Amino acid sequence: MSKQYALADIPAEKFEFAQMGETLSDKKLDTKPIGYFKDAFIRFRKNKSSVAAAVIIILLLLFAIVGPIVAPFGMEYIDNFMRQKTPRLKVFAHNDIPFWDGCKTETINESTYWKYVAMGEEMGQDVNPIKKVYEKSETVTYIGTAEKRTTVYKVRLDTYTMDGAVYKNLTETEYKNLQTYQNETGIQIIYPAVPETEGGIDQYNANSWYDTKNKLPKGINADHTAVDEWTNLYIAYTGTDGYDSLRVEGDTPLYNYAIKKAGNVYRVRVNYNRYFEYINGKEANFIFGSNDYGRDIFVRLANGARFSFLLAISVSLINLSIGAVYGAIEGYYGGAADMIMERVVEILSGVPFMVVVVLFKLHLANKVGMVGCLLFAFVVTGWIGMAGRVRTQFYRFKHQEYVLAARTLGASDGRLIFKHIFPNALGTIITSCVLVIPGVIFSESSLSYLGIINLDGTKVTSVGTLLADGSGGMLRAAPHIILFPALFISLLEISFNLFGNGLRDAFNPSLRGVDG
Amino acid sequence: MYMLKYILKRLGLMLLTFSVIMVICFVLIKKLPLPVPKSFGQDLDLIFQRREQLGYNKPILVQMWRYVKAIFQYRYFGTSETLKPGKDVWEVFVEKLPATMIVNIYAMILSVPLGLLFGIYAALRKNKWQDHIISTGVMIIVSVPSYVYAVIIQFLLCYKLGWLPFQMNLKAGFLTWEMFKSILAPVLCLSFGTIAGLTRYTRAELTEVLTSDFMLLARTKGLTKRQATTRHALRNAMVPILPMIVGEFIGIISGSLIIENIFTIPGVGGLYLDSINALDYNFFLLLTGFYTFVGLLSNILIDISYGFIDPRIRMGAR
Repeated sequence: MSKQYALADIPAEKFEFAQMGETLSDKKLDTKPIGYFKDAFIRFRKNKSSVAAAVIIILLLLFAIVGPIVAPFGMEYIDNFMRQKTPRLKVFAHNDIPFWDGCKTETINESTYWKYVAMGEEMGQDVNPIKKVYEKSETVTYIGTAEKRTTVYKVRLDTYTMDGAVYKNLTETEYKNLQTYQNETGIQIIYPAVPETEGGIDQYNANSWYDTKNKLPKGINADHTAVDEWTNLYIAYTGTDGYDSLRVEGDTPLYNYAIKKAGNVYRVRVNYNRYFEYINGKEANFIFGSNDYGRDIFVRLANGARFSFLLAISVSLINLSIGAVYGAIEGYYGGAADMIMERVVEILSGVPFMVVVVLFKLHLANKVGMVGCLLFAFVVTGWIGMAGRVRTQFYRFKHQEYVLAARTLGASDGRLIFKHIFPNALGTIITSCVLVIPGVIFSESSLSYLGIINLDGTKVTSVGTLLADGSGGMLRAAPHIILFPALFISLLEISFNLFGNGLRDAFNPSLRGVDG
Repeated sequence: MYMLKYILKRLGLMLLTFSVIMVICFVLIKKLPLPVPKSFGQDLDLIFQRREQLGYNKPILVQMWRYVKAIFQYRYFGTSETLKPGKDVWEVFVEKLPATMIVNIYAMILSVPLGLLFGIYAALRKNKWQDHIISTGVMIIVSVPSYVYAVIIQFLLCYKLGWLPFQMNLKAGFLTWEMFKSILAPVLCLSFGTIAGLTRYTRAELTEVLTSDFMLLARTKGLTKRQATTRHALRNAMVPILPMIVGEFIGIISGSLIIENIFTIPGVGGLYLDSINALDYNFFLLLTGFYTFVGLLSNILIDISYGFIDPRIRMGAR
């Protein structure tokens, strides 16, 4: 009570106006408004793994877009003599670093070893397939009393030069041009050919001059030391003109460098590695290796990635449109319409995806092509998930007061659906749109892997086809074929899932405030 | 009683869906042009005559009627045309079924306990390093396609190290060690996915239950953490997990096409792919029905088992 009196005792002149002559108004907001997407983006940025995943996705997308352009070999490139070459980077290959250098470590027997040595002797050490000998081991077995020595070598073998020489049929101009090139650069490509009349020689194997035959050593010292290595083996074929495969010494024009055949065709024996460089104007170098048909894996993977992305994104967009409309109608109208439409969904989702694809393939592949029926198959059942999600969102929002208010103000059904309710479902839709992409890529690759669809063309290929190329027997013979496609698809799936999860957390308002 | 009614209603709806799907598939498959056999020594006239006799040229509804009648009267699903000419497709199918099932049963036996264990452990150690390791592993295994780690396992265990054989040993009995060893690689591949899925699901459910109020009450009334977890948290978390396991168990019959393909298991999956490649429509139709049925059945069993496990859902169904 006393305080009130005290207040009344304050003299009037002690009071002054807080605002005098100013108009009172709300404070202007200096901060930028944060919209729904901005808010989601801020939350997304906090999730480090999702951001990393997004970066990886962008890199993979760049690979898919730029890869086919910068690839040194085109999609249609095929070379029978360049099969199963291992991945090779020039940096590693030229500096003899035993990693990613187009070589493989292999244990070879003695005659193969000497064959490669002979190759190097004749054609030069730069095309000697043996880059390094790790280990030479000798085992002694006894057949009765006779002693048999088997020597194996563990070597680093260059897959690009191990094919040695091949026969090529050239026209006269091609032959002349090749000779001019040899004279200008000093690089020998053509090596003496074997006359077809020569007996006992495989006419189609240009390396048969290097073949050696095992021979039991005649004399072995008492202390089991081997006789001279070369004497254990002898060259399988000797020419009637008196020389063996090693013909570099004293190479005279006497020897056949080409065999002229009918129709002005010259059959020449060329070192393929160098001939490749001459023909293509670049070193034989496949960054990701080459597959069993002699195709460049790099360009095919980039193209397959491009195809997979295109397919997945278009499927995602088509599914979005169909699913959104279908789900919106179901969810908005409800009742009988909903029930009938749900039965349709139930039936469609009951058909296994594999069956859908096969039926589409068998019915339509001749009319719209493999890619077309793949797209159809993905769309036919793919939109169901999207429709379900949109439907749930509509059930959640359609009875809210603001919708009622808009309806009272005379908004039409279409306006209510697309203007008032649909934007609420946007976050969910974007998230599931993104998560559809890895799903489609995975399904497509599984189908190609199983051989149900085959996209092994010169225009279009898919990651799954590449994976199928490298599986089965190839896994043993050339495991590198499957390596990069498998790496690509694993990386893609992991990063898309992380990215999708990050998006879901960012768009999901129920998490708002949880992570501080 | 209401449970029975619910089950009957669901089964009826399932059969309806199944028949609609099968009618559509039947029509689509029968509309395909039949392949003309080209192999040497086959009498084309005889083949065409046989097809005529089997009613392949009759109107589609008549064909359907004959097909259904034959199934119910003689359990006859047609005869193989190209894949195994002259053989009854049902017999071939039954022959192939055990190989698929044995692999998948082993995979389930291996993966269910492991998945539950990892999930529970991760949930109890939430946001500690153990949880992070398990979650990262689960993330990777769920994301990486199954054929990629199938190929890795095949390359490492079967080829490089040579521990496991490449092919399934069909001669050995189903419960022998040789059999187990020969299918260990595909079993491992199959169980990876299931373990990861189950771990993730269990972890999510259990963490949700562990943070609920009744857990606090249980601790307040004097239960130890272990007691509270086993008696209250686990039981509640199992409500959604068990139906999932039931669904997986039904799914094992259909198996995994891709794993069967990689490890060349002579099972249903291989038969399905062969029938597609050989255009053997009778096989294709039978297996389509089989896969559709298994898929629908597993969905229904999940729903029904929910009702059995959780009285709340059972009451809600009334």
